[in-house]
Amino acid sequence: MKTINLAESTVRDLNQALHDQAIECTEREWEVLEPKGQHNIACGLDQNISVDIKGPTGYFCAGMNKKAHITIHGNAGQGVAENMMSGSVRVKGNASQAAGATAHGGLLVIEGDAGARCGISMKGVDIVVKGSVGHMSCFMGQAGSLVVCGDAGDALGDSLYETHIYVKGEVKSLGADCIAKEMRDEHIEELSELLNRAGVDEDVTAFKRYGTARQLYNFKVDNTAAY
Amino acid sequence: MSDDINVKPGLRESATFDRNTMTEIRRAAETGIYDIRGFGAKRKLPHFDDLLFLGASMSRYPLEGYREKCNTSVTLGTRYAKKPIVLDIPVTIAGMSFGALSANAKEALGRGASLMGTSTTTGDGGMTPEERGQSTKLVYQYLPSRYGMNPDDLRKADAIEVVLGQGAKPGGGGMLLGQKITDRVAKMRTLPMGVDQRSACRHPDWTGPDDLAIKIQELREITDWQVPIYIKVGATRTYYDVKLAVKAGADVIVVDGMQGGTAATQEVFIEHVGIPTLAAIPQAVRALQEMGMHRKVQLIVSGGIRNGADVAKCMALGADAVAIGTAALVALGCNHPKYEEEFKKIGSAAGFYDDYHEGKDPAGISTQDPELMKRLDPVAAGRHLANYLNVLTLEAQTLARACGKNDLRNLEPEDLVALTVESAAMANVPLAGTSWIPGKGF
Repeated sequence: MKTINLAESTVRDLNQALHDQAIECTEREWEVLEPKGQHNIACGLDQNISVDIKGPTGYFCAGMNKKAHITIHGNAGQGVAENMMSGSVRVKGNASQAAGATAHGGLLVIEGDAGARCGISMKGVDIVVKGSVGHMSCFMGQAGSLVVCGDAGDALGDSLYETHIYVKGEVKSLGADCIAKEMRDEHIEELSELLNRAGVDEDVTAFKRYGTARQLYNFKVDNTAAY
Repeated sequence: MSDDINVKPGLRESATFDRNTMTEIRRAAETGIYDIRGFGAKRKLPHFDDLLFLGASMSRYPLEGYREKCNTSVTLGTRYAKKPIVLDIPVTIAGMSFGALSANAKEALGRGASLMGTSTTTGDGGMTPEERGQSTKLVYQYLPSRYGMNPDDLRKADAIEVVLGQGAKPGGGGMLLGQKITDRVAKMRTLPMGVDQRSACRHPDWTGPDDLAIKIQELREITDWQVPIYIKVGATRTYYDVKLAVKAGADVIVVDGMQGGTAATQEVFIEHVGIPTLAAIPQAVRALQEMGMHRKVQLIVSGGIRNGADVAKCMALGADAVAIGTAALVALGCNHPKYEEEFKKIGSAAGFYDDYHEGKDPAGISTQDPELMKRLDPVAAGRHLANYLNVLTLEAQTLARACGKNDLRNLEPEDLVALTVESAAMANVPLAGTSWIPGKGF
């Protein structure tokens, strides 16, 4: 295992060392010490490596991650795993707003709560939150799934496209064009698989499913009251 | 308007409620929805035609027009990027999306730009292989929608342009209507076919200039600080926006005036939001100068650039380069009179067509219709664009030499005068024949 202490090295040095693994992978396991909330840690990775960050991170940690498996042993700042393509990111603590924003693939697990706009414009990522999510989560969500084991704030799934949303707790309010939907067998199967991948033990039958009503897919004069 | 030969003498048309206004009121009354169209602002605005160059005579020494060199190259991104982008001419192609434009049109833009040693720019929807393949210098736009955004394409780019807004609709997002969403466009954007695709007006994961500074650092980290990062703003509070963009860490700032084009926006937005390009440039330059960053952070100006005189005037006002969009499409064949009959069939006319969002462009440019697309030969259209870019450059050089300048970037405000009080005030140059700059005294 390679260890880099960010009290002694810069984020630039760390990221360059991690990026160099994409060309010739000489070290599969990495440990990052004393991140102290610095921004842009371990972003742009492009190799099947594991990175354990021992502490809180700032903005955009694991941004645009591809293939790598990153664990944050602490809280994550804004935009964790934004635009992730594949691989996985696990936040042991809470995540700030815009977690998993626009992410195209991979798995994001947040063991605590997530702030506002979790999964905003998500494009295929699967997000599992053991706690609750803030307002406007999954706004304009296009694809992938968002699983919330706690509660969801206001305007969940506003202007939703095709993202699947599962919530176990209370939903304060649904956003425009987001509706509760029937939990059919294929959804129970999908949810079970998501929870299993995330390592979260929950009763799938306690969840409700939400999705798009597809009434705002094409602009109509009659829908202007929805905006 | 009342001098129209079809109007009986003595009939007087209202300047307030003219025929265009009445037509729009009737259209609104019939449909209940605002008008959406493409193109840029069509109203008359103070523009570069309101400025003139002071050619050399006794007090200034000209360069020989056909013999002495006048440099046109410009290097962008010298502030932080390890690999700044070098353009042979200071005219670049502005961002236009695959989706709004056909794949052939995007390829033609790349071909034309490459022939002239300049850059072209992606748009909403991501980077197509045709565009990357034909563009020796390609700027990758980083937009709020992040449609098609991925780190592989990011690393293939020669520069990254973080788009905060555009001149046609500062503060507004975009909409690609369902009729243009083919299977390919839908897949690139991860959305179902036929669905209207909203492009948000704000970025999803940052808010404000302090966040933007961190976002730019992230993009630099992902690309290992190799390529320049531009920030593009629609011209509104340009002085403040440019200062904040410099503070956020931009290598290059792109200011797009309200004459800049769009693929689809509300008419009311296009005509009533933003400021003219002419008014924006001095604000941007003053902001850069006050920060000691003029020429260190390069300035690209766009919005209504049509000829070499416009290019030269932008540069005299302090821009390092210009970007063209609408003019480039016209060079490819947009609004060409040879399609007059077909324009009539869809209720328009050559020279007036602006319903880019409907996807029925007879010229095969702003469409995804496979049959219409075939009408645009990307090789020939690319050649036309290169010819046009060459003319812009030659014209700008001609004017620069006449002012005694051996580099387009040596043109300066002192070389200009204004024809109107408004343009003198906006451009910060004297009214022609006087030494009066409005607001500055004699």
